[in-house]
Amino acid sequence: MSAYSGVTGIQHEEPLIFERAHSEPESISLPGIDGPAPKALKEFLRENPANIPGLSEPETVRHFVRLSQWNHGIETGFYPLGSCTMKYNPRVNEKIARLPGLAQLHPDQPLHTVQGVLSLLFDLQSWLGEISGLPFVTLQPAAGAHGELAGLMMIRAHLDSLGEISRRKVLVPDSAHGTNPASAALCGMRTVEIKSGPDGRIDLAELKSHLDGETAALMLTNPNTTGMFESDIREICDLVHQAGGLVYGDGANLNALVGIARPGDMGIDCLHINVHKTFSTPHGGGGPGAGPVAVNETLAPYLPVPRIAKDSDAFYLEYEAEKSIGPILGSIGQTGVLLRAAAYIAAFGHEHLHKIAEDAVLNANYVLARLKDAYHVPFPGLCKHECLLTDEEQNRHGIKTLDIAKRLIDLGFHPMTVYFPLIVHGAMLIEPTETESKRTLDTFCDAMLEIAAQVEAGDIEALLAAPQKPVRSRLDETVAARNPVLTWPESGD
Amino acid sequence: MSIPAELKYAKEHEWLRIEGDEAVFGISAHAQEALGDIVFVELPEVGRSFDSEESIGVVESVKAVSDVYAPVAGEITGINEALESSPELVNSDPYGKGWIARFKLAEGADLSELMDAGAYQAYLEE
Repeated sequence: MSAYSGVTGIQHEEPLIFERAHSEPESISLPGIDGPAPKALKEFLRENPANIPGLSEPETVRHFVRLSQWNHGIETGFYPLGSCTMKYNPRVNEKIARLPGLAQLHPDQPLHTVQGVLSLLFDLQSWLGEISGLPFVTLQPAAGAHGELAGLMMIRAHLDSLGEISRRKVLVPDSAHGTNPASAALCGMRTVEIKSGPDGRIDLAELKSHLDGETAALMLTNPNTTGMFESDIREICDLVHQAGGLVYGDGANLNALVGIARPGDMGIDCLHINVHKTFSTPHGGGGPGAGPVAVNETLAPYLPVPRIAKDSDAFYLEYEAEKSIGPILGSIGQTGVLLRAAAYIAAFGHEHLHKIAEDAVLNANYVLARLKDAYHVPFPGLCKHECLLTDEEQNRHGIKTLDIAKRLIDLGFHPMTVYFPLIVHGAMLIEPTETESKRTLDTFCDAMLEIAAQVEAGDIEALLAAPQKPVRSRLDETVAARNPVLTWPESGD
Repeated sequence: MSIPAELKYAKEHEWLRIEGDEAVFGISAHAQEALGDIVFVELPEVGRSFDSEESIGVVESVKAVSDVYAPVAGEITGINEALESSPELVNSDPYGKGWIARFKLAEGADLSELMDAGAYQAYLEE
């Protein structure tokens, strides 16, 4: 059994902090109260001691650091999660965003004291407008799905202004991200699913059969979630426009296009951009996110306010816009994360941005080329930034996608996206991103080929028992989903 | 994979047992196998009317959440409440204790789109 990256050595078992606790807190020593408690505080006085785990400071620090070591991130290893673009986040982004002149600003400072950051955000808007081919941009939405909602609200407002109030149907391909129908529902629209064709792309005849006077929009992702480019995109957009609808682009897969092709040129009217994917800002982690939305001239009047505007040479915030859908965030945007995206785009510059997409697509096709004989490929041909495999070959031996994913953990890799897109049985969606070296891709492919060989050799038991090396071996996902235990029973009052 | 001969089947992998002017339905053995362990079933409300191909329920497995589509038009007359606490019945006995709901067929409900066991077998092999 070989390991492709360091997965052995010291690994600490760590109980819950309340399971570690002693009766008396050791790390804090608070003075008692001199005399009776002030009268005003009486009703707030505790009758029982607070349930604070009694640990020393080093014990407390070790507890949380040990738990953090159970985590996996792009900085611990390869993370080929398809449709998620887990690229490395360059340290220089952090340096820029933490410059005191940017990091220590207050959102309500007088505008003449924040001209610098407004200028950067104004530039970012124009860069995103140029990259997407949709020149009018809002930075307000706080996440991709929030951007979807903002975009659909603009589309709805536009249709309403035309008197088209019965257009409430949103067409969504069956390969779409789950957020698309959710956003449509939140916007008061009805979703109709469009069945993909046998090549994993939108079927024009199927699309036509759903277009009518109730169609508000088609939401699509290009390349779609099978990793394939919607090569009929111009015709798709023309058909929707002829039917009186608009085309919403889900920018989740923009990494395949950046600097090469522009959604606006394809006929898309509105696009959200996941800066945590394409533009290397941190994924989640509980911090604020951003999902800017870029639109064409038709939708520009509906952009949220306040908008960053420029008057001779001073930047100011424009609150008045007759047709605007209004503010959708309590500020002009999540500045810290947007600055990281701006730093990333500026580092490449106009001239080199296309290398992102080129290397991302090259890496995905390299992985596909190395694995296509060992794993079934549902849609042949070149892929874009991610490649799609299935467990069809391994199924004959009783091994499923889940077993392959679990075995990868033992071999030192975070698994790919599994069982998505839903239209492909036993899907394994691999997105290596452009930031991985050929060495990393090779070790991952070696691991995948080792698993396939293990299946061929009939070494099934080890696969069904995987993973065995991590702190926790295979968890019973069914029991966890059927009988979730969400609270620690003795965690306090 | 079991495909009982006495049932009718829809393209979205629901099965249907016609009983006079009512029908009982659930999801096929193939569907539950493809979904994996079912962890939750959202049942329709009794009295609800629906059209053919309308989503009238949800089955959630460890892998995915899927709509359950009405094989034909009708009105719900009964639901399998046992699935609320034991969704695994859909896996263990999809054509029996794992039934989802019973409904009254709408007047003139179109049964011609449904497949018999042989046709469903052929459809699965496509």
